[in-house]
Amino acid sequence: MSMAQDKMVSALSEQEIEEIEAEISHLPNRQAAAIDALKIVQGHRGWISDESLGAIANLLQMSTAELDGIATFYSLIFRQPVGEKVVMVCDSVSCFLMDGETVSKSIKEKLGIDFGETTSDGKYTLLPVTCLGDCDHAPAMMIGDEEHHDLKPETVGKLFDDASKRSGDDAS
Amino acid sequence: MTDKPLTKNIKGDKPADLAAYEANGGYVAVRDTIGKKSSSDLLDIIKDSNLRGRGGAGFPTGMKWSFVPMDKTEGHKYLVCNADEMEPGTFKDRVIMEKDPHQLVEGMILSAYTIDADIGYIFIRAEYHAAARRLREAINAAKEKGYLGENILGTGYNFELHVHSSAGRYICGEETALLNSLEGKRANPRAKPPFPQVSGLWGRPTIVNNVETLCNITHIVANGADWFKDLGLGEDSGTKLFGVSGRVKSPGCWELPMGTPIREIIEDHAGGMADGYELKGFLPGGASTDFLLPEHLDLAMDYDVIMKAGSRMGTGTMIILDDQVCPVAMVRNIIEFFARESCGFCTPCRDGLPWVHKILDSIENGRGEPQGMDILNRQAAFLGAIGHTNCALAPGAIEPLASAMKYFGDEFNQHIEEKRCPYSNKNGAN
Repeated sequence: MSMAQDKMVSALSEQEIEEIEAEISHLPNRQAAAIDALKIVQGHRGWISDESLGAIANLLQMSTAELDGIATFYSLIFRQPVGEKVVMVCDSVSCFLMDGETVSKSIKEKLGIDFGETTSDGKYTLLPVTCLGDCDHAPAMMIGDEEHHDLKPETVGKLFDDASKRSGDDAS
Repeated sequence: MTDKPLTKNIKGDKPADLAAYEANGGYVAVRDTIGKKSSSDLLDIIKDSNLRGRGGAGFPTGMKWSFVPMDKTEGHKYLVCNADEMEPGTFKDRVIMEKDPHQLVEGMILSAYTIDADIGYIFIRAEYHAAARRLREAINAAKEKGYLGENILGTGYNFELHVHSSAGRYICGEETALLNSLEGKRANPRAKPPFPQVSGLWGRPTIVNNVETLCNITHIVANGADWFKDLGLGEDSGTKLFGVSGRVKSPGCWELPMGTPIREIIEDHAGGMADGYELKGFLPGGASTDFLLPEHLDLAMDYDVIMKAGSRMGTGTMIILDDQVCPVAMVRNIIEFFARESCGFCTPCRDGLPWVHKILDSIENGRGEPQGMDILNRQAAFLGAIGHTNCALAPGAIEPLASAMKYFGDEFNQHIEEKRCPYSNKNGAN
């Protein structure tokens, strides 16, 4: 391995490499772990930087361009920095029928951002998401890994106060 | 024997753990079958049961499995569970995976044994965090008990099972796109043939089935094909998770016999329309099915009955169009979804769906021209035809559009003539 390649792999932590190798161990080739590897690194760092991308490609013995083709295909692999929590609001048909668009508008006003943007304090990134499979409780959204449903335009903003308060409590 | 096999363990919010699952007859079918019955006997039972795929297409499961080569060759055979539930308006597989994960694990062990697969994957959408966690826990618990892994219950049969959490994109639910995604690639559907049963994951024989389909296998193996056939009220066998979303009194998901009349599902189980709303139409099984009308309420939810009425039973989860929402806006929402989710490989889908979306958007916002309807009709005929694209995403997207133009065409024209949406106050358009 050349010096340059060494440096690339070392952009990943030992833990990340260990987790990726564990996925590779039950797959027939290293490239098959591409999506798992992207998710592992994103899980640790929040997003996939060019540096991370190069290091993962190197570890999987594939070209950076090919891996970027995969990374940019999948909507939940982030190639730009995102906030501490990604807010994903369902805009599919069942939520639409239950006033989902008004709920989205309330969220945008509360956070002061549009879809695809991050709040200036770096807390939230707002994205639309496909049907969350909770249609009997529409409209629905996710704040990080937590799902919230039966959303109302007048009360949805409060969830962000509660979520901020909780993460504040966790930190203390 | 229960008449609600799929939901017998689902009580309250607490998921059924291994002890609870076993206490209610769980893994008896695995104990009685693995190493004791032949795979050809099992395949005969599944064929005889007339089980049809619950993911939306309704293809006979036994027939699908019968294409897997059963001669002893070197190399792996795969069983893949499609748990990428993303069809808009569909919320059924999530319930099983979150509340009764062992039911899926047991169904997969029995299915894998039938086709002699040695490796299985559960391909689950990224957002189903709780379901993925509970499935991993269930797999570990089943392994410890010897139901999974190497030398299952001392019989010499091996089956390892992994959970793969996806990274988004609706197209991953198309079975050959799903296989590409499992291989770590972009999820572009493959041209068929060859079909996955012969050349699937890494070129090996592979069966891909929906969660609900695989769960049914356990009950069919345990109780027999005749019992399963008797569960259905009409031609189709078994029970089905039916759901209703939209402006009804109690939206929800219920396990009911195949062939249950639509009226019973909407009026009895979902409590009828919410106060102040009238039923105008509905999509019987997810966003990519054709609209039906109130005159179709007495039809049975059977694959062929709904097909004859001009739609598809799809996933069995209905979406209600009420009288206060604009049908053009609803279809625009659906087409926008499909345009966004096109994988971009085939030109008609990649370029056609955004074009259709633009025209619908202009009609909805009072900028529509009469020739817009001609373009919509032409695109519907072109994109709706099977064979212009590798997969069924574009034809599926056209089903709600073409049927909306058929049933609510006057309202499309009204938008164009009046240069406004007649529902504009309600939908906030303009």
